[in-house]
Amino acid sequence: MTGSAVIRVVLPAHLRTLAAVDGPVQLEVPAPVTTGAVVDALEARYPALGGTVRDRTTGRRRPFIRFFAGEEDLSNDPLDAELPPAVAKGTETFYIVGAMAGG
Amino acid sequence: MSGVRVAVGTRKGAFILTSDGARKEWDVSGPHFGGWEIYHVKGSPVDPDRLWASQSSGWFGQIIQRSDDGGRTWNPVGNDFRYEGEVHPHQWYDGTPHPWEFARVWHLEPSLTDPDVVYAGAEDAALFRSDDGGQNWQELPGLRGHGTAHAWQPGAGGLCLHTIVLDRDRPDRIVVAVSAAGAFRSDDAGRTWRPINKGLHSEGIPDPDAEVGHCVHHIAAHPARPDVLFMQKHWDVMRSDDGGDSWREVSGNLPTDFGFVIDVHAHDPETIYVVPIDSDSQHYPKEGKLRVYRSRTGGDEWEPLTNGLPQENCYTNVLRDAMSVDRLDDCGVYFGTTGGAVYVSSDAGDSWRPIVSDLPAVLSVEVQTLP
Repeated sequence: MTGSAVIRVVLPAHLRTLAAVDGPVQLEVPAPVTTGAVVDALEARYPALGGTVRDRTTGRRRPFIRFFAGEEDLSNDPLDAELPPAVAKGTETFYIVGAMAGG
Repeated sequence: MSGVRVAVGTRKGAFILTSDGARKEWDVSGPHFGGWEIYHVKGSPVDPDRLWASQSSGWFGQIIQRSDDGGRTWNPVGNDFRYEGEVHPHQWYDGTPHPWEFARVWHLEPSLTDPDVVYAGAEDAALFRSDDGGQNWQELPGLRGHGTAHAWQPGAGGLCLHTIVLDRDRPDRIVVAVSAAGAFRSDDAGRTWRPINKGLHSEGIPDPDAEVGHCVHHIAAHPARPDVLFMQKHWDVMRSDDGGDSWREVSGNLPTDFGFVIDVHAHDPETIYVVPIDSDSQHYPKEGKLRVYRSRTGGDEWEPLTNGLPQENCYTNVLRDAMSVDRLDDCGVYFGTTGGAVYVSSDAGDSWRPIVSDLPAVLSVEVQTLP
């Protein structure tokens, strides 16, 4: 796939506050649309979110961050794997989620 | 009229408490960064409107915030903390080698001369410096590279660099403390370091007099007399009169010499304060009585200060960065508890009252004296 897509991304509340947005964000993501590309676009648009989703040093997803789309958990897919077509086309929302943790 | 600004870091946000010089009526703003752990907030001594905050979370990692208007508004600055060069392992809790991993910033120490320069003490233990208002951070890697770092082991709170003491007369001198490695000093602006733990005696390590491995909780110095350092070690209150080259115990008649905080009166460098805590396994005041102890003799002889503090059923802790003093004529003393109270004494400790009582657990208290 070439070109780019506008992806609708829902952020956890703390990251919305940090980015100074009050709802989902629309990100233009170049093809191929991968989780890594979505996070790259997010960090480029909102520099304050750098390091909050992926560890700065390792580049890996933070342990308590999850990626959901199309009712699927994509968290453990490689960051450079292409997202499902409905997400890549922008018709499905991409969710960045702070995992429920704490008991 | 002069006033004070008290910056409070808690488990769930930061709070800014302000008052005039009487320190009776307080304005409380916050929570700033609600829901995040705020390990430390501290203002620049050069530009009092510039404040730094260490904001972190188990979910989202480390953020550094800067305010240029005295804590009313904040903006995130750089948060890229990378260890320089090859990252050798330190010892893990089980004695196995464990690679250095950045977890969070425990302490931010603004430069005494340049408002754009600030130091950050990190877990895993390292010292970082920013020269550009917090946008970029560089490690001063000599601390990890001086030869004993492979043997450092984390304390219960992690392998953290939690104390940074700067010297206004000797800008190249920096003293830091690491749990549980000990105290270290640089005399060349952080390029090279050496342990300064001679005289410390810690029963909980294989060689009680070892060069490193001591669980130093906090170090304080009076700005006019930087060679005199006061230390609250895990157990023992210690004093050095030679910049840390040697230490002697000054616990004297304290009811217990375990604790976290220690600080020095603003105008009398021989008057110091601690909050004795029952033990390392209990982490609350002895007999449920919250007592600050003051020595007017630089240690050894201590008096309890209880007026206005709870003297029954108090089982909170006072953590290492949660005490500070102002520089008004009568020297205000402040401390915060894990029970969410921040106490003030506007008479150098003779009497106390709470400014706030029900904040989240207090991690740090820093005071600015405003013109």
